[in-house]
Amino acid sequence: MDAVRVVQGTAVPLGRSDVDTDQIIPSEWLKRVERTGFGRGLFADWRVDRDFVLNQPEYAGARILLAGANFGTGSSREHAVWALQDYGFEAVVSPRFADIFRNNATKTGLLPVEVDAAVSDALLAAVRDDPSIELTIDVERRLIAAPAAGIEAEFALDDFTRDRFLHGLDDIGVALRYEAEIAAFEHPVVV
Amino acid sequence: MAAARTLSQKVWDRHVVRAVAGEPDLLYIDLHLVHEVTSPQAFDGLRLSGRKVRRPDLTLATMDHNVPTTDLSLPIEDPVSAKQIEALRRNCEEFGIRLYAMGEADQGIVHIIGPEQGLTQPGMTVVCGDSHTSTHGAFGALAFGIGTSEVEHVLATQTLAQRRPGTMAVTIEGELGAGVTPKDVILAVIGTIGTGGGVGHVIEYRGSAMRSLSMAGRMTVCNMSIEAGARAGMVAPDDTTFAYLEGRPYAPKGAAWERALDEWRSLATDDRAVFDREVVIDAADLRPHVTWGTNPAQVVPIDGAVPDPAAFEGSAREAAERALVYMALAPGTRIRDIEVDTVFIGSCTNARIEDLRAAASVIDGHKVRAGLRALVVPGSMRVKAQAEAEGLDKVFTAAGFEWRNAGCSMCLGMNPDQLAPGERAASTSNRNFEGRQGRGGRTHLVSPAVAAATAVAGHFATPEELD
Repeated sequence: MDAVRVVQGTAVPLGRSDVDTDQIIPSEWLKRVERTGFGRGLFADWRVDRDFVLNQPEYAGARILLAGANFGTGSSREHAVWALQDYGFEAVVSPRFADIFRNNATKTGLLPVEVDAAVSDALLAAVRDDPSIELTIDVERRLIAAPAAGIEAEFALDDFTRDRFLHGLDDIGVALRYEAEIAAFEHPVVV
Repeated sequence: MAAARTLSQKVWDRHVVRAVAGEPDLLYIDLHLVHEVTSPQAFDGLRLSGRKVRRPDLTLATMDHNVPTTDLSLPIEDPVSAKQIEALRRNCEEFGIRLYAMGEADQGIVHIIGPEQGLTQPGMTVVCGDSHTSTHGAFGALAFGIGTSEVEHVLATQTLAQRRPGTMAVTIEGELGAGVTPKDVILAVIGTIGTGGGVGHVIEYRGSAMRSLSMAGRMTVCNMSIEAGARAGMVAPDDTTFAYLEGRPYAPKGAAWERALDEWRSLATDDRAVFDREVVIDAADLRPHVTWGTNPAQVVPIDGAVPDPAAFEGSAREAAERALVYMALAPGTRIRDIEVDTVFIGSCTNARIEDLRAAASVIDGHKVRAGLRALVVPGSMRVKAQAEAEGLDKVFTAAGFEWRNAGCSMCLGMNPDQLAPGERAASTSNRNFEGRQGRGGRTHLVSPAVAAATAVAGHFATPEELD
């Protein structure tokens, strides 16, 4: 994956808790054998509604999605992450991510920014109040900030995952460095 | 003395290839199950980087998500589905992977065929690009769903870099009442702990009620662990597990079987082991459950009513309000008064032979309510053959059910089996998400027994109501 050091831009205030991966990318889109082109399917069923937040012109070009708690529940489909990225999102902010979604996001360079519920609420309010407000997410310092709204907060990201983002490491390449250990596990020496 | 450990910790420890402080453990994978939807991009990745599948012998593929469940002699109508099915066939050929293809005797839903073949065994690590991989935990295996990048990682290295999850005990103590099934147990668990209740944890299901369940029942419970956000669900292997496994095609034989039994018996959680979290549920309190909303935690006993969103706080209230609009339900509506258009008996949650027997025993001698569409989709072609040998297909078709071939079918509507907008289903599947069974479709999750009774009554019902 490509290195991600800083994500900077406007945000879409989705809110909503328990957004499952069937909403992020409906199953009819999963028949494709490619990795690209899923952006058109992002929140496909909700985008039919003209009032849906993604259809509001003031949020066009946003790079950050502000979601409610339990984002990405349900299916393991990595297509959900591909759809968010293909649409143009580089980071998702939520008080809690589903485990598999978070794993998938960290594999392909979509930054999962887990913040306290109070920070999440404050960011949502700020962006709803002024859609043009800029957010900055600093991976190295693990900080999310909306300076115009006076918000700055830390987010949780373990050192290992942070370093993978900063350096854009390829997981398979890393694991294959341990070929000797893998081979030893497969053929233990019986004493 | 060695520190006391839980079942999941023991299985984890047995598979650590490399552990370094501050990094995820590199975990060896014993069984990798593959299906057509989450694998094509992983195989492409291997080709791009010139990598091979490290252990094709530990990898098994099947076709389940996309396959039609009607006449298999006809070509697949949807060209995109057909292309994906064909891609799996080609990839398995190129990389030397066993494939149980559409139309073959061993084909079926990936989480039904692993156990059926005896491939899933206690103490193993099992992964698949599918969140319901937690099903295999019923055998005391550590089994979890992964995304496509991780599928590629396992294909290339037979390992995964994973953080050690927390441990959580869900203890269901006592005796289940008449008509209360494993599906009701897990729906009650999810209703209790919520969709995020298990995040970051492996749930071990314990207690006398769990011990009394068959392997099919344990699989139903473990299957939906992911709906509570858990990384995996497990049950300690015991004589029920061993009796199920003995003699299956891939189960150990002879002396190897005896050695395996000794090893499997040592996996149970140590008496002094401490779980990070514990939840206790009284089996005697449980009733058949029906979901009313758009996530599996939005659930009530069948004797109850659709709740008032005002009874919830904060984001749960907002979620309940949205769910009721989508489901077109008013607060206070009695669950038994809700009428359905469709009944679906199938999925990796409830399409084993035991589930079909349970539904057939309710249906026998009754008719599906006029105008209602009802279908049974067996979990595998072996389940289908077994059911036909027992005459269950005749019971279903005589009552007015459609009798289909194996696949995921209406659980997620990737094949032509879908709800139309506004249609309401009683479904034995695992997710009542918006649009899950077809855009605009409304799903209520239930047990096979309640699904069968509902097909006859036309509204949510328990079997005793039919007599």
